[in-house]
Amino acid sequence: MSTYKKIYMDNVAGKPVDPRVIDAMMPFIKEFYGNPSSVHSFGYESKKALEEARAKIAKLINAEKAESIIFTSGATESNNMAIKGVAYRNMDKGKHIITSSIEHMSIINPCKYLKTKGFDVTFLPVDKYGLVDLDSLERELREDTILVSIQYANSEIGTIQPIREISQIVHRKNAYLHVDATAANGQIPIDVQKDGIDLLTLSSNDMYGPKGVGALYIRSGVRIEPIIHGGGQERGLRSGTENVPGIVGFGKAAEIAVNEMRAESERLSRLRDKLIKGLLESIPYAFLNGHPTNRLPDNAAVRFSFIEGESILLSLDMMGVAASSGSACTAKTLEPSHVLLAIGLKHEEAHGSVLFTLGRQNTEDDVDYVIQIMPDIVKRLRMFSPLTPKELLG
Amino acid sequence: MYSEKVMEHFRNPRNMGEIKDADGVGTVGNPVCGDMMTIYIKVKDNRIEDIKFKTFGCGAAIATSSMITELAKGKTLEEALKITRKDVADALEGLPPVKMHCSNLAADALKAAIEDYYRKQKEKEKVEIK
Ligand code: FES
Repeated sequence: MSTYKKIYMDNVAGKPVDPRVIDAMMPFIKEFYGNPSSVHSFGYESKKALEEARAKIAKLINAEKAESIIFTSGATESNNMAIKGVAYRNMDKGKHIITSSIEHMSIINPCKYLKTKGFDVTFLPVDKYGLVDLDSLERELREDTILVSIQYANSEIGTIQPIREISQIVHRKNAYLHVDATAANGQIPIDVQKDGIDLLTLSSNDMYGPKGVGALYIRSGVRIEPIIHGGGQERGLRSGTENVPGIVGFGKAAEIAVNEMRAESERLSRLRDKLIKGLLESIPYAFLNGHPTNRLPDNAAVRFSFIEGESILLSLDMMGVAASSGSACTAKTLEPSHVLLAIGLKHEEAHGSVLFTLGRQNTEDDVDYVIQIMPDIVKRLRMFSPLTPKELLG
Repeated sequence: MYSEKVMEHFRNPRNMGEIKDADGVGTVGNPVCGDMMTIYIKVKDNRIEDIKFKTFGCGAAIATSSMITELAKGKTLEEALKITRKDVADALEGLPPVKMHCSNLAADALKAAIEDYYRKQKEKEKVEIK
């Protein structure tokens, strides 16, 4: 197996940390161990680095001020804080929350949890491309709606939502708009002021920063309650000594994204289109998941009829390629991906889905290699399958 | 996450395909994750003379199908009916717990094929009596 090259196209699951990020972090692992809350010079070094990182992240999303950024342990915590923090702080105004049916589990499950606490949650449908239905958003908004949470883009099917239009609709009523930008951050430009976003979730590793760090942007004036109580760090909204090395790395990752996003996104979009086209053209009964044009630069989500995703992943792995799938057989729950079901795929269609997510380390050669090996993999598994029509086996 | 044996059967499945004039055919769907498996058998003197499978499912499903055909080939029908999912999993040097249900599929498909064979035999007898 070692004769094959190793190609990583599962950047949605985890990204390599950029070497420049590692360099920026090292001093804060080795030398500067002071607690940013301390008054002495040791603490001051850490505090300074923390605030520089905050400013870099604010710049990435054009936040009105750096203090609007609250550091967390990652996107899951940021999402939990946005949903539960806004809900508990604003329940005097109302107890209705709207979200979409294709959100990440760290949105869906806090919403379901709040349902058990007496909140009312509406899950909006999406169309076959995964776009949120704006009419039903308009219809479902009520006087007692306090929060609408919609992702910037979907990690599994790549579809980018019309956030500005959504924001206008939401703000016609008196609700807050929270946007989970985990999949989008660092890939497409986000401007919280122009987009009209009240709260925004960011993730470090999704921008080639270290894992275990994230942030929640909270527009000044938004009423929110902490969900982690303690020593009062992060303006009392998120207690716990800040993860300084992680945050410094996150800041560096944001700085790199600001400088390089444009060129890199163009490069990835080209590779993505080549990969999608190559697969759909050379393999019969292959289809694209998600929106054909409004999609993330890194996301090539395809599905192949009559075969199952895990067996495709194993076959790819045997050839040195790492990817992922929304098939029930790959899930701990043995349920197909809720995103694929929400865009209207049948169980067996979701079964044959494969997700290639590109990253900085991928080259055109990688894409060519995948296009070259995929037809045989699909053909072999279709030979095994009782569902494959006879004429395909010729 | 899979044993070497599972991967070996996934890479080179034994007895994959169909038997055109099979004496018994069993198809079962996996109620847990929605997969499907078909087993074809050819019976001679109460023994499974030939056996083939087709599977729409994960790597473990393909490997367990392959393994059960190996275990069943040459056995009498009574012996074949006694093959359990544990036998299949053990022969594959174990399966991850979340994948045990895939070996159910294999054992059930084999059973269904044998039952189909018995049914067809009964029908034949009826025709002969008439
Ligand atoms: S067949 Fe679906 S998990 Fe094995």
